[in-house]
Amino acid sequence: MLAKANPKGAEPVSTADDKFYAASERQLIWWRFRKHKPAVIGGIVLILLYTVAIFCQFLSPYGPTNRFPDYQNVSPTKIHFSEGGKLHRPFVYAQKRELDMETFQYVFTEDTSKKYPIYFFVRGEKYKLFGLLETDLHFFGTGDPKVPVFLFGADSLGRDLFTRTLYGSRISLSIGLVGVFISFALGLFFGGISGYYGGVVDEVIQRVIDFLISIPTYPLWMTLSAALPRDWPVVKSYFAITVVLSLLGWCGLARVVRGKLLALREEDFVVAARLAGASEFRIIRRHLLPSFASHIVVSITLSIPGMILGETALSFLGLGMQPPAVSWGTLLQDAQTITSVALYPWRLIPCIFVMVAVLSFNFLGDGLRDAADPYSV
Amino acid sequence: MGAYIIRRLLMFIPMLLVLSVVSFVIIQLPPGDMLTTYITQLKRSGVDVSEAEVARLTQMYGLDLPLHMQYIKWFGNLLRGNLGYSFMWQRPVTEIVAERLPLTIFVSLLTTVFVWAVALPIGIYSALHQYSVFDYVFTFIGFLGLSIPGFLLALVLIWFFYSRFGLNMTSLFSPEFLNASWSLAKVLDMMKQIWLPMIIIGMSGTAGLIRTVRGNLLDELRKQYVVTARAKGLPERRVIFKYPVRMAINPLISTIGWTLASIVSGEALVSIIFNIQTIGPVLLQATLSQDMYLAGSITMLLSALTVFGTLVSDILLAWVDPRIRFGRGGN
Repeated sequence: MLAKANPKGAEPVSTADDKFYAASERQLIWWRFRKHKPAVIGGIVLILLYTVAIFCQFLSPYGPTNRFPDYQNVSPTKIHFSEGGKLHRPFVYAQKRELDMETFQYVFTEDTSKKYPIYFFVRGEKYKLFGLLETDLHFFGTGDPKVPVFLFGADSLGRDLFTRTLYGSRISLSIGLVGVFISFALGLFFGGISGYYGGVVDEVIQRVIDFLISIPTYPLWMTLSAALPRDWPVVKSYFAITVVLSLLGWCGLARVVRGKLLALREEDFVVAARLAGASEFRIIRRHLLPSFASHIVVSITLSIPGMILGETALSFLGLGMQPPAVSWGTLLQDAQTITSVALYPWRLIPCIFVMVAVLSFNFLGDGLRDAADPYSV
Repeated sequence: MGAYIIRRLLMFIPMLLVLSVVSFVIIQLPPGDMLTTYITQLKRSGVDVSEAEVARLTQMYGLDLPLHMQYIKWFGNLLRGNLGYSFMWQRPVTEIVAERLPLTIFVSLLTTVFVWAVALPIGIYSALHQYSVFDYVFTFIGFLGLSIPGFLLALVLIWFFYSRFGLNMTSLFSPEFLNASWSLAKVLDMMKQIWLPMIIIGMSGTAGLIRTVRGNLLDELRKQYVVTARAKGLPERRVIFKYPVRMAINPLISTIGWTLASIVSGEALVSIIFNIQTIGPVLLQATLSQDMYLAGSITMLLSALTVFGTLVSDILLAWVDPRIRFGRGGN
């Protein structure tokens, strides 16, 4: 914590203090944020996750619907780094499939006679990067479609779970952002008029918010998304679900905005602006919004994880995104029964991604909250 | 006090009215009216629907009436305890819900008690021993509890218990009690299984409450009256428990509405995974097959329950905190 000014003013002020008082608000927020280590780590993890989501086509070795019929339900491929005690570039062995006559399950064994090194920047399935650039370059792979690498194993149709998890992050991670954007617009609007005008308008909006908050979220989300037709195309149901999630999400934001506005409305600089004849719009835009922008950023960050979880839960239950759309929730549908989880535990891997994303957002939000008001002690 | 309770009870009525409108809208949401959907479903499964049957159903739900008249008819039925007819179960919604409601309320209340029983002592301890090792441990656990969603944790734990100990936690009862009627032995058997879902459902609520209690108690402990009490030479235990703890408990009661909403909401999800015979799994099936009468009624009922819980908590709060009772505003 940076030292405060010496109240007696007898001793000379140190250079650290000079820096503190000369710094801009932005600078102060950054200094404070940097001290909150979990928040910094959370931020870095999130940047990584979103980068992966953007470049998932390049980073994944296959396409999301690419099937390897000979590798159904195969466990994660072992990657070897040494052979006979000698260090070797990463490689995998070819796998042989046999039917276990007792359990009627396929058993995979490594065929140690055939080695397949893992290369970087290999040619594979064609895709259009960002829908523009056609290429077949993938980050890694064996280069041999007969011997695939499954970092997270394969599903019951023989599709690579690693590839699908990366593709799934596109929907799962973006739905939080889009949903928050809608909630934010609603929250800012209703919270804004509620806090700025007060009186009856305020009372009505507050009662509506009280009411919405007291409704159990998941049952309402489930019922609302049940009303959506199942045969809608992916893009349409994506936005419909975002809207469903945002219907309850704006309440918290509206409360924050209202509380801040109520406090700020009485501040001298707002009164001064009003006396100087500034229009209401100008007061809101020039004086009020910048004063609580940082608090809004905090609330936004903290409401994204709820949206991500909502989508995951709905898709997991079969009410959200419908296959062939890939999201972390739809991938977890395969892990619903205890038998599938016991036999193929790698199906729970998308779960880890959800938890990491949610935790990171929470840590980041917590750090931002501490940093949002850099003048407090 | 009496006037306050009456005022709050009167506010409960418009809330229920709004809830009923919301539920009705939800029931009407899917495109096409539900009778046509039902008839196509029946025809697909080979059952022929007679003209008379269609006319009877149309008459029963007032489907030939304008929308607002349909609502009034539906609401009138609702008041008489008729929640409509579930096409999937071929039974009145009231029956299905009545079967499952007791266990739902039981699990929710049990979880609420669990949340309080755990959060209160930990919150007080953390506040009294601020920045101690245990304070940090509890803060960290609380943070995880808030962040990790119950249904995902349930999945991971089911796998863990199964792979480590060979335990199947996905049933509330042992096989011999599955179809038995309620008895002491069955309740005891349930208690052996119910703790895990209970902890998972209550986790986020507990974590939130620990934070609230800790923060509030810390605020109270810094106040002048605590200093005065100490200066008077009161024993430390009495100083803390006489007033500051009592003040710190207030949010416990005032946030019960949100806690209850989150418990009921989490309960629905976790019950689906643990296969507990509460309303949650029925809601899922109803939503999956677009049985909107059942789904809408359940949403309405669960919401009404939480709104009622909030009402009870408001009255409790007024009873505990005289400032609210006399209308001078509380926290």
